[in-house]
Amino acid sequence: MIKIEQLHKKFGKNQVLKGIDLDISQQGVFAVLGPNGSGKTTLIKTLLGMVIPDRGNLSVDGKSIKNNWKYRNQIDYLPQIANFPENLTVQELIAMIKDLRNRPVEDERLITLFKLEPFLNKKLSNLSGGTKQKVNLVLTLMFDSPIIILDEPTTGLDPIALLHLKAIIKAEKDKGKIILITSHIMSFVEEMADEIVFLLEGKIYFKGHIEALKLQTKASNFEQAIANLLTQDHV
Amino acid sequence: MFKILKYSFYDLIRSRWSFVYLLFYLMLGSVLLFLNNDLSKAVITLMNVIIILVPLIGTIFGVMYYYNSKEFTELLLAQPIKRSTIFIGQYLGVALSLSLSLIIGLGIPFVLYGLFQSNEIWDFVLLLITGLFLTLIFTALAFNIALYNENRIKGFSYAILAWLFMAVIYDGLFLMSLIAFQSYPLDSFSITATMFNPIDLSRILILLKLDISALLGYTGAVFQKFFGTGFGLLLSTSALSVWVLLPVFNMYRKCRKKDF
Repeated sequence: MIKIEQLHKKFGKNQVLKGIDLDISQQGVFAVLGPNGSGKTTLIKTLLGMVIPDRGNLSVDGKSIKNNWKYRNQIDYLPQIANFPENLTVQELIAMIKDLRNRPVEDERLITLFKLEPFLNKKLSNLSGGTKQKVNLVLTLMFDSPIIILDEPTTGLDPIALLHLKAIIKAEKDKGKIILITSHIMSFVEEMADEIVFLLEGKIYFKGHIEALKLQTKASNFEQAIANLLTQDHV
Repeated sequence: MFKILKYSFYDLIRSRWSFVYLLFYLMLGSVLLFLNNDLSKAVITLMNVIIILVPLIGTIFGVMYYYNSKEFTELLLAQPIKRSTIFIGQYLGVALSLSLSLIIGLGIPFVLYGLFQSNEIWDFVLLLITGLFLTLIFTALAFNIALYNENRIKGFSYAILAWLFMAVIYDGLFLMSLIAFQSYPLDSFSITATMFNPIDLSRILILLKLDISALLGYTGAVFQKFFGTGFGLLLSTSALSVWVLLPVFNMYRKCRKKDF
């Protein structure tokens, strides 16, 4: 479904991506990990067409994404910072995104699940950070697209909402979707992810299952394995 | 595009600042009519206010809207929508809501005063058209500046500088060059120089229509002498249209290459 070949991107003098090759063809949850500034968000944004690569090919479902915007119909994206037009109410925002994508949705189930009914007629500028993130989640997950990209989905969520989120991710995975997640919460990643894509200095440093990672780094737990990966000599 | 336009427009007409802007014009129009008791004098005074104030408001609103809706724009960029659609839609949303404030704010007092029974109706309509042009031009310039500058402080400063340059500094430079080169024929120079400033163009456009030679100034007089009133009006209107189209086209070009 997603094929990335020799992706390069430079911001000014800062070479962020230095030749990424990634091929995701089977379903599952893929965690994109890496230290701050390793290029996780840039990679996701290039996939969404928000950042335009200097070199390299990206294709979704066999079609190149260059000068193409229709492929985004197949992607649901949760941005990292939930910030919306201040003068709109929650309901209006949901209606607006529905209107823009013009696809069947299941917003009501998600609104009930995240208990957002009392906020539906409130303006977005009056919501707390966690509530905004819930609205953000509803906006992303109400569509039924084959690819889901979640950038730091756990930010600001209370434990109950987090449980619901995990359940949703599992359910979506069982439907046969590809789910890309970035997160700094290692326990969340360990629980959800089937495969890890570890970025370091603009390259894919490790790709594979968590078990393989533990084996390679000779660590007993996942957090330790990631730490080992970072402290190893990477020449 | 119309969906984006619609939502930007609704978002803006419900903001407090649009109301302030509308109320300001309502008050200005009413006070001027009340004090002058003369439609055509009110139109001239309004012209002087509009050609300075409309560009300023267009610039500030344009830059402010762009930076304020940045995160939301990112949300839109991830949706299956063409990039140019998003930015042109937002631009039109801002420009139209500002134009609406202008038209309603000035329209109500003038209509109540009896605009439709007077001969000055076309002068007034032309005033509104100029206001519309200036809003479109300066909002587009503001969007361009914002697209080129990630840093909002820088973006704001450049936008204000652009306005200051067009509204104040340009005239000064223009006059100084006229004095410095007064022994040369300056007709074609001054016409060209006017074409490069939409604020001067608008002033000439309105004054040509009002036919007040005392206020025309040097360029206006040259305009009238060279082109006559009719052709002069046509020429300045087309120059203003070019002023709208160029920044919009550049916006279209730039937004397709930019990283977000």
